[in-house]
Amino acid sequence: MRILFTNRKDLLGLKDMTADEINYILNSAQTMKYVLGQKSKKTPHLSGKSIVTLFYENSTRTRVSFELASKYMSANVANVSVASSSVQKGENLIDTAITIDKMGTDIIVIRHPQSGAPHLISKYVKATVVNAGDGMNEHPTQALLDLFTIKEKKGKIEGLKVAIIGDIEHSRVARSNIYGLTKLGAEVAVGGPATLMPKHIEKLGVKVYPSIQEALIDADVIINLRIQLERQKAGLIPSLREYSRFFGLDEKRLIFAKPDALILHPGPVNRGVEITSGVKECEQSFIDEQVTNGVAVRMAILYLYTKGGAGIENIN
Amino acid sequence: MRILIKGGHVIDPKNSIDEILDVYIEDGVISEIGKDLEYGGLDTEVIDAKGMVVSPGLIDMHCHLRDPGFEYKEDIESGTKSAAKGGFTTIACMPNTNPPIDNKAVVEYIFSKAKDAGYVNVFPIGAITKGLKGEELSDIGELKFAGVVGISDDGNPVSCAHLMKNALKYANMFDLAVISHCEDLDLAGGGVMNEGLMSTYLGLKGITKAAEEVMVARDIIIAEHENAKIHIAHVSTKGSVELVRQAKRRGVMVTCETCPHYFSLTEDMVDGYNTNAKMNPPLREVEDVNAIIEGLKDGTIDVIATDHAPHHIDEKNVEFDKAKCGIVGFETALAVGITYLVGKGHLTLSELIKKMTVNPANILGLNKGSLAIGAKADITIFDPDEEYVVDVNQFMSKGKNSPYHNFKLKGKVYYTIVNGKIVVRDSMLM
Repeated sequence: MRILFTNRKDLLGLKDMTADEINYILNSAQTMKYVLGQKSKKTPHLSGKSIVTLFYENSTRTRVSFELASKYMSANVANVSVASSSVQKGENLIDTAITIDKMGTDIIVIRHPQSGAPHLISKYVKATVVNAGDGMNEHPTQALLDLFTIKEKKGKIEGLKVAIIGDIEHSRVARSNIYGLTKLGAEVAVGGPATLMPKHIEKLGVKVYPSIQEALIDADVIINLRIQLERQKAGLIPSLREYSRFFGLDEKRLIFAKPDALILHPGPVNRGVEITSGVKECEQSFIDEQVTNGVAVRMAILYLYTKGGAGIENIN
Repeated sequence: MRILIKGGHVIDPKNSIDEILDVYIEDGVISEIGKDLEYGGLDTEVIDAKGMVVSPGLIDMHCHLRDPGFEYKEDIESGTKSAAKGGFTTIACMPNTNPPIDNKAVVEYIFSKAKDAGYVNVFPIGAITKGLKGEELSDIGELKFAGVVGISDDGNPVSCAHLMKNALKYANMFDLAVISHCEDLDLAGGGVMNEGLMSTYLGLKGITKAAEEVMVARDIIIAEHENAKIHIAHVSTKGSVELVRQAKRRGVMVTCETCPHYFSLTEDMVDGYNTNAKMNPPLREVEDVNAIIEGLKDGTIDVIATDHAPHHIDEKNVEFDKAKCGIVGFETALAVGITYLVGKGHLTLSELIKKMTVNPANILGLNKGSLAIGAKADITIFDPDEEYVVDVNQFMSKGKNSPYHNFKLKGKVYYTIVNGKIVVRDSMLM
């Protein structure tokens, strides 16, 4: 008997996914990581499928990782970056999405600065919509690769204590990780400046700490978040210097976590601001390996959602 | 032309009428109210109002007709059709048109278009400041003499406290209501919904309730010091209700309104990035809804206004951040009031009608909102018990942006009579 993966058309967020669906992707990513380790990285999984990346924000790792994941599996890929698209001529999001959809696209991978943009287009297109980051809402594929890395290194997720530290308010990575980790049974602590802590975040099932030391106590995993310079201009933090002094992850603060705590960061890293170069390079840090895992996880996602059909076949 | 409304439950809060009576209209005015009135002859139209409520025509002191300038969203014809369908006989439209209602010419345009194409009485609200820019007072005296019934910069709060103080003092000379949209723009900080669990959950930028309350407090304090009247528009938070309540106790000349959505819906409506639940002020939380209801019950909140804000579908079918604020309200306001206030035992029908007739009339200085003998016959007849499912596609308004689509509501308007003329008959626009 086939195992039903999902009957959802789109991957919009971990918010609305079940633990079973998440685990299914993580397991499938393991096979993909094996493929990535081969000399010839080419499989026929997505042969004949078309994938379009539609990015309304700059991105290096996410976009390239989706593109390579598609190519490794023999898909046809096209990349739309807004700077050189009809968006500059005033085309609205729905019309752009429909245009791409009508070209025979199987998956649209979208990144957008506004929360809910993938949800909006998903109602208008036949293609599967994969959210590659929407505003402050979610970045589900990043959280899935974080979960994959944690599981790979720690052997499990349930029962682990995970500290997410930094700018929680503006972080879609934090939100997706909170949903994913709590669904898989981890205990999540969040820490950061009060001005960057969203209201009622505790109601999402996490513990909130005003200092990162407290959030770090006995952590098995640390997810360090990027702080953006714009936050200072908006009056949310006094300066990057002060941020680094009170909220940066350095060797002294690392002591509060477990000695073998895993250090993750979604990138890009501001060295010397939210994390010191020393901590970034230390042997507990898997920040670079996260990037590799990102390709494996995205291969799994593209495969599972184009199969899409897993659910339909199962009905027979 | 004579109309006899037979056997309806006549509710006129101003004259304390609340019983089964007949109403007789002759030459556009109410000529008699009493039991078992006789037929007036063949040219008398008889409306059988058995089981229905006969109330003074509803008055909405806060709506947007988008005319001139944004006729693709709504115009005076479609807006007044929508108002009539919802049981309103008199509406006051906000000045955020293009050009804005900051001069006599625009006031005259609105009156003349309403006379030609309008279905209900339309009174413009003038701008407090020229161009709604919050910099210089508009020619308030001229606006008053041109016929505006209040002044407001509506969606653009008067951020400068000094200017607001002068507006209150100046408008008070002309006995003109100053209607304040209370929002501290710095505190609101570009938010798009209420700051609460839902904004965190959806990753949308929140607006703290303090953004509204700080401004409510400011305006109350200024009005208190100047001994001037102030009307607070669309109160949405528990804190604002409390500020107005305390001010009224101290004798400040403050009145306020809320809208149907603030006593019937919460921020949860935004889930799924529902742009038809996006408005300013935003939908709040359960404790706020309860406080609004409490404020309506104890009289802190004087008026229920619609804040009818039609938008084109292309302005709502976009990313949530980009979507325009506001919802249409004429065609659901009465039913939402009946369903969520009367149906749940918070207000009597008479109390609800008072907040939609005589109270707004008094604030705007209109001699309307009651069924006085000799008064122009503005009358709404509705069945308070009839349930129906809201279908935005049936709206007369050009705007279909309502969060109540598919809601089951109670209370259906059957007749709207404006100046003695039947404009809605058997729920159909004439």
